[in-house]
Amino acid sequence: MGNARIVGTSVPRFEGRAKVTGEALYVDDMVLPGMLYGATVRSRIPRGKILKIAFSSELDWSEFVIVSPEDIPGKNCIALLEDDQPCLADGAVNHPEEPILLLAHPNRYMLPKAISAVSVQYEPQPGVFTIEESERKTEIIWGTDNIFKSYLIEKGEVDEFWEQADFIVEGEYSTGAQEQLYIENNGMIATFDRQQGLTVWGSLQCPFYVHKALMKLCNLPAERVRVVQMETGGAFGGKEDYPSMIAGHAALLAMKSGKPVKIIYDRVEDMVATTKRHPSRTRHRTAVSKDGRILGGEIEFTIDGGAYKTLSPVVLSRGAIHAGGPYFWPHVRIRAKAVATSAPPQGAFRGFGAPQSLFALERHMDRIARVVGLSPVEIRKLNFLKPGQTTTTGQVVREEIDLEKLLDRGLELSDYYAKKQKFQDGNAENNYKRGMGIATVLHGAGFTGSGERYLASVVAVEVCADGGVRVLVSSTEFGQGTKTVLCQIVAEVLGVRYEDVGIAQADTHEVPNSGPTVASRTVMVVGKLVQSAAIGIKQTLVASGMLVDSYSPGEFRAACRAYVAEHGALRSVARYEQPEDIVWDEEKYRGSAYAAFAWAVYIAEVAVDPTTYNVSVEDFVALQEVGKVLHPVLATGQIVGGVAQAIGFALYEKVVWEKGRMQNGQMTNYIIPTSADLPSIRVYFEELGNEHGAYGAKGIGELPMDGPAPAIINAVEDALGVSFDSIPLLPEEIYDVMHEKLKRDELRSVSGAE
Amino acid sequence: MSRNSEESTKCRVSFVVNESPVTVLVHPMERLLDVLRHELGLTGTKEGCGEGECGSCSVLMDGQLVNSCLVPVLQAEGSAIITIEGLAVDGRLCALQKAFLECGGAQCGICTPGMLLAAQHLLSKKPHPSLDEIREGLSGNLCRCTGYMQIFDAVAQAASGEFPT
Repeated sequence: MGNARIVGTSVPRFEGRAKVTGEALYVDDMVLPGMLYGATVRSRIPRGKILKIAFSSELDWSEFVIVSPEDIPGKNCIALLEDDQPCLADGAVNHPEEPILLLAHPNRYMLPKAISAVSVQYEPQPGVFTIEESERKTEIIWGTDNIFKSYLIEKGEVDEFWEQADFIVEGEYSTGAQEQLYIENNGMIATFDRQQGLTVWGSLQCPFYVHKALMKLCNLPAERVRVVQMETGGAFGGKEDYPSMIAGHAALLAMKSGKPVKIIYDRVEDMVATTKRHPSRTRHRTAVSKDGRILGGEIEFTIDGGAYKTLSPVVLSRGAIHAGGPYFWPHVRIRAKAVATSAPPQGAFRGFGAPQSLFALERHMDRIARVVGLSPVEIRKLNFLKPGQTTTTGQVVREEIDLEKLLDRGLELSDYYAKKQKFQDGNAENNYKRGMGIATVLHGAGFTGSGERYLASVVAVEVCADGGVRVLVSSTEFGQGTKTVLCQIVAEVLGVRYEDVGIAQADTHEVPNSGPTVASRTVMVVGKLVQSAAIGIKQTLVASGMLVDSYSPGEFRAACRAYVAEHGALRSVARYEQPEDIVWDEEKYRGSAYAAFAWAVYIAEVAVDPTTYNVSVEDFVALQEVGKVLHPVLATGQIVGGVAQAIGFALYEKVVWEKGRMQNGQMTNYIIPTSADLPSIRVYFEELGNEHGAYGAKGIGELPMDGPAPAIINAVEDALGVSFDSIPLLPEEIYDVMHEKLKRDELRSVSGAE
Repeated sequence: MSRNSEESTKCRVSFVVNESPVTVLVHPMERLLDVLRHELGLTGTKEGCGEGECGSCSVLMDGQLVNSCLVPVLQAEGSAIITIEGLAVDGRLCALQKAFLECGGAQCGICTPGMLLAAQHLLSKKPHPSLDEIREGLSGNLCRCTGYMQIFDAVAQAASGEFPT
C-alpha cells in the first residue's frame, strides 16, 4: 500500500467533464424518433375494489395507447423478493397512487388532460394507516396477520439478567418517513421490436433488478431484455426497486404500441407515488449496573412497510442487526417486524433500516447515562465493543478498532468539553440555548449474512484493441464516484495511467452482473473483484511472454495490443467467493453479519431559539474509520452529503400523511437543507484498512446517515433539558413539549409541592 | 384541436442563446425551459421540480439568474440567454467548471448546470464573495448529493483566480 500511485489520490471524476458542461445524458435528454409519452392513472383511494373504469367522451381515445392488466404478456407483478406487488392493480387497490391504467400519446401535453378524463369507480374498504393500527389486526390487509417479516435475534441468557440490574431503563423512539428527493425525477424509455426484443433506458441503480422484473412481466427470455442505465441524477436507494415498476409500464406501452415510449415523472408524482424511508418505532428495555454497564436488554424494532412487501424484509434485517450499535451486549433479545399499512410501499434509502434503529439506540444511551448519573461520553466508553468481543449476532470483532480513542479524537476536534461547559454556564442568561450531542455508530458493508454468496457477483476487465483497458460491471454511477474509483483500482493494479482505463456503460447486454449498487458494497466488494480481475489481465500478459514483470505504461499498452492481435481478445473475469471466516446462520440469525464494519463518531453543536424553537446546527464533526480512503475528495463528498441528508432527517423533512397519501409532495412544502441552512460539516478519517476490500477499503456511503440525527437530538436535549424521542423534530413539536413543561412547572410552583 | 389551428396559436420569438441568435415558432406561454430543451436541443438545462424551488433549470437572462421553468418564452423575446452549454469556450472549461471538477462540486450532476450558472451570477456581482455570500448566493439551488461544502470550496477557489479562463 505504501507505494500506491493512484489509489488514495483525488483523480478527476470519470464523467466529471460531461457533468460540468451539461453534456451528460440523462434519460429525459434522450429522444427517439416517433416516441410516445406515457403516463399512469393512479388510485385516488387507499384501499378498495375497482368496480368500473370510465373514459370521458370529451377526448378522442383512438389517439391514445391504453394498457390495462389484460395487456400484460407475463405475470402481473414486479418481481423482487416476492411477487406480491402488481404492475397494474387488477380488480383492487391497496394504497393511494397505486397504478391502475397506462396511457400514451405523441403529445406529452395531452396526458394530464387524459389522466383526469379517466374515472375509476371504487367500492372503498377500510385502510390501515399506522404501525399500531396494523398491529391491532382489526383489518387484515396483507397475509394473515399484516406482518411481512419478523426476526428474532437472541444472544446469551436472555431472561436471566434482570434481577442483577441496578437500573432498568426503558424508552420508545420513532422516526418518520423520509423522501430521497434526488433532484432528477424517475424516468424510463422503452422500445420493443420482435427481432431484438425489449430495450429500456433509464434512471436506475440496479440494471439486473429491472432485467429480472421485465423478464417475468413481459414473458421474455433473458437475451431479449436489455436494460441500460443512463446518467442518473441521484438515487440514495430511491432508485433501487421502483424503477422496475416504471420500466414495466414503459415496456407494456411500447409492446402494445410498437413505438418507443418515454415516461418521466413530475415532482409531485415522484414524491407521492414512489418509495421513502420506512417509518419506525423502537422500544428499548435495558438492564444496567450501578456503574453503568449494560447487563442485557430487549429491543423491539418495528417498521411500517406500506402496502406490499418489496424490500421491507431486507431493510428490517439491517435495522435489527444494527439495533445494538457499537456496544457490547452480554445478553440481548431483538424482536423485529415489518408491518403492512395502506400506503405506497416504503423502500430503500441510504442506511436501509440502520438510521432508524441507531437513532433509537443513541437516544437511549443518553437516557441510560442520565438515569445512572454518568455523562454521555462515559456511558459509551464503558460499553463500547472491543476487539475479540461479539456483536448481538455473535460476530467476533476482528478489526483492531479502538472506539474510546476514536471518541476522544472526536471530542478534541469538536472542542466538546470546553463548549459544553461554556453552554452550561451561559444558557440561563443567553438568548439562544446551546448544546452538544454525540452519537457513536457502526455500519456493516456489503449484503447481510450470506447475501453476497447468493449474489455471486461477477465482474470483468478487458483489453481493447487499442491497448487500453475497460472495466465491465453492472455497478452504477449516480453521484458517488463508482466509475472513478473502479478505474483507479484497475490503473493501480496494472501500473497504467488512470486516463488509460475506461468503464462500460451499465448495459445488461454488455456487462456481467456485479450485483446491485446498494448496501455500501461497491468499492469494498465489487472493487475487490475488479482488483482480482485486473490482476488476472496482468498475469495472462506475463504468462504469454508479452509482458515482463517490471514495465512502463507504454510497454503495457504494447503488450495489450500484441495480445489482442494474436489472440483476438483478452478478458479476465472474477466471481465473488465468500471468505471462509464469514459464516452466517440464516435460521437463527447468528454469525458474521458483515465482512467489515465502518465505525464513526458524530458530534453536533446546536443552538435553539427559545422564541421560534428553530434549531440550527452550528458545527458538525464527522470522524470515521472506513478502511483505506481510495479517493479523498469523493469520500469526503459522501460523508458531507450523508450528514446533510441526516440533518434533514432530524430537523426538517416531514412527510405529512393523510389516509396513506403524502400531502406535501412538493419541494415547496417538503423542506430539505439548502446551502444557507447547513453548518460547516468537518470530515476526518481514520484508516485501519480491511482485508476484505479493494486496497483495504470499506463501505462508506451509508455510514454518515446513521449518526447525525441522534447526535443532533441529543444536543437539543443538552440545550433545553428536555427529552425528544421522535424525529423529524420541528419547532412546533418542541413548542408543544416546552409548553407542557412550562405548565407543569407553573402548577408545581402554585401548589407549592417540593 | 387540428394541426392547423394549433399552428395558428404559435408565434415567433427571437432571442440570443449563448451568443447565437435564434428564432423559434412556439406557443407564447411555453416554458423557456421546454423551448431550450425541446426546440433548441439544449438539454444541459434540467428540470427538477417545475415550480421554481430547486433551481436546476437556472439560466442567465440578460445577466439575471432565472428559473427557466417559470419564464414564459414570450418574456425571453429580445433577451440574451446563457445556458450551461455557453460556459465553456471552444471546449475549454471556465474557471468555475474546473473548480467544480477539482473540488468535488459535482456528484450526480443533475443540479450542476443550474448551480454553475448561479455561481457564475454570484461571481459577476461579487467577484470575491465571503463564505456567507456564497451560501446566500447559492441558496436558491438545491443539491441533494454534496451537502454543499465542496461546492462552496469550488466557488471560493474559482474566485481566487486559481483557474484563469
